[in-house]
Amino acid sequence: MSKTLDTDDRPQSPRSVGWTKPQTIRLADAANPLPLEIGGSIHPVDVEYETYGTLSPARDNVVLICHALSGDAHVAGWDADAEAMGRTWRTRKPGWWDAIVGPGKALDTRRYFVVCSNVLGSCYGTTGPSSPNPATGAPYGLEFPMVTVTDWVQLQARLLDALGIGEVHAVVGGSLGGQQVIEWALAFPGRARKCIVLAASARLSAQGLGFNAVARHAVMHDADFRDVAYYGQRPPQEGLAAARMLAHITYLSGKGMDIKFGRRRQDGALPRSGFDIEFQVESYLDHQGRSFVERFDANSYLYITRAMDYYDAAARWGDGDLVRACARIRAQVVVVSFSSDWLYPPDQCREFAMALMRNRIPVSYLNVHSDYGHDAFLVETEIVERLLAGFLTTAPPDTAATRCARQGGCARC
Amino acid sequence: MLKHLHRTEESVSPEVLRRLAAPDPDANLQSLAELDESDLPAAGGNPGEISHHWQDPIIEDLVPDGGSVLDLGCGDGKLLSRLMDAKHVCAQGVELDQEAVLCCIGRGVPVFHGDLDDGLRGFPDRSIDVVILEETLQTLRRPIRVLDEMLRVGHRSVVSFPNFAHWRVRKAFGAGGRMPVTPALPNLWHNTPNIHLCSIRDFVDWAVSAEVHILHAYVLADGLARVLREGDNLTATEALFVLERR
Repeated sequence: MSKTLDTDDRPQSPRSVGWTKPQTIRLADAANPLPLEIGGSIHPVDVEYETYGTLSPARDNVVLICHALSGDAHVAGWDADAEAMGRTWRTRKPGWWDAIVGPGKALDTRRYFVVCSNVLGSCYGTTGPSSPNPATGAPYGLEFPMVTVTDWVQLQARLLDALGIGEVHAVVGGSLGGQQVIEWALAFPGRARKCIVLAASARLSAQGLGFNAVARHAVMHDADFRDVAYYGQRPPQEGLAAARMLAHITYLSGKGMDIKFGRRRQDGALPRSGFDIEFQVESYLDHQGRSFVERFDANSYLYITRAMDYYDAAARWGDGDLVRACARIRAQVVVVSFSSDWLYPPDQCREFAMALMRNRIPVSYLNVHSDYGHDAFLVETEIVERLLAGFLTTAPPDTAATRCARQGGCARC
Repeated sequence: MLKHLHRTEESVSPEVLRRLAAPDPDANLQSLAELDESDLPAAGGNPGEISHHWQDPIIEDLVPDGGSVLDLGCGDGKLLSRLMDAKHVCAQGVELDQEAVLCCIGRGVPVFHGDLDDGLRGFPDRSIDVVILEETLQTLRRPIRVLDEMLRVGHRSVVSFPNFAHWRVRKAFGAGGRMPVTPALPNLWHNTPNIHLCSIRDFVDWAVSAEVHILHAYVLADGLARVLREGDNLTATEALFVLERR
């Protein structure tokens, strides 16, 4: 369910960050390759990122946003380079979280310096399967190494290093972006003061793994899928469209779909006319599938869904025990789930919050009542706004534990 | 008026607790119909609203500086916020209402949005200095299970509730023949969140039978907060107990 545009949602609006320009930075080269979680390393790595607002002289107003599966670094505003870079879809709408990021919005760019970078393996300016493999000069395709949420977070830390930023005020993200936030809290306990995890859990459920398996099957069994060979030719569009259609069902809820589409037919559709698009829900999914293939690389879809599958905070940081893993967290954490989300269901999001409580680490958890399913983290703007505005501005509690954390932690805390 | 209560070592007399647990009646029910406001000391404050603030200084006094506090049914987080400021506690709230949870987050109080009936299982034994259940006991589906969990998780537990044996309640039901509606219990039978009401005697009975030690007991009676006395089962509108299981 895409968010509806505000009437003042234009580059000229005082609440918009206005025209934006993507930036690219080389963060790994032959002399300084990026080590990967699965072993080995990769170089060169270029990262596309955007920033909004102004870095304070004390460099203490940074909010890092982590994007989800199909997201990009273009969080807010209107991409001034959209035409030039062939990203025509960006000419029609602002960045993916424009409702939240901008002057006077919940992530107020008059106050915060907001940073977002495109993840490794994606197709929006950061090195990925469609980038040239330095060994061959041709696109990587499936020669691209398996990358993980951990690698993404390490690369984000490199970006902050390069920008001269040490501690960040907050890291925030939803869905797969929320899993990056969890990894931030675990991998850099002293570096992120506040972590906001929206609609995400510490590991994907069997059901989530199943959804991704179907999506990849659709891509990899498309007649046009020939690994690397499709670059420059016809990409596996039907498979990728089917994957996206399925994904959109997982982003909605049964009730939400009933409310939005019901069994209503398209205007002018003849009832029971055969296999053409007839129901509104078919038309919606068809549109989502078609528009996605215009803007996304099938190989990136394979790599990113696999990273989503592989992420397991308990395995990485606690030998399979999430409570043990979470003992190292020092940030103030808030976890938000949405009642009808079946991709990252509330009980799985809650598990992460519970793991902090079991360590006696204060944590906030909110389960928002919503019919919008997983999409709610983008759609329930009003509640997310209130939560962010409140959580970001409160001072950290002045407890013995937080005092210790500031000094690097101690045995007791 | 609450100054004397800052000395929490002022304890309820064991004799008072023994008599409260005894089967003697508090009052002759036949005389209840004749009771009215002029026969008993007036309840303080506006009868239309009951403030729970009388409990806060008692709780604040009980909480060790820099200690850990878990507030079950923490509402909008005002108490925890005050304890965080005044006592630098490591605070955690649990609250069922979404609006209240957003209020807590807005004032910097860590809060877990969930049902108390199963919200405590995450905490290890004896992991919290003080666990608070303020005016929430009577709304729980399984109050004893929650009390047992509090006693397991906390070194000390604070439980407060409206006294269902207050004379106004008895009059409304005994003489009026209707489910009581009083300043402390303002809801009608069909819209009340209070599903497990009890009296001070009931609560003491439970503590004795469950081998729970009552460290302190306070009441709000006649608009004044003080240590529990004999006869308070009739005159107290609210009660607060400090418990531990040894």
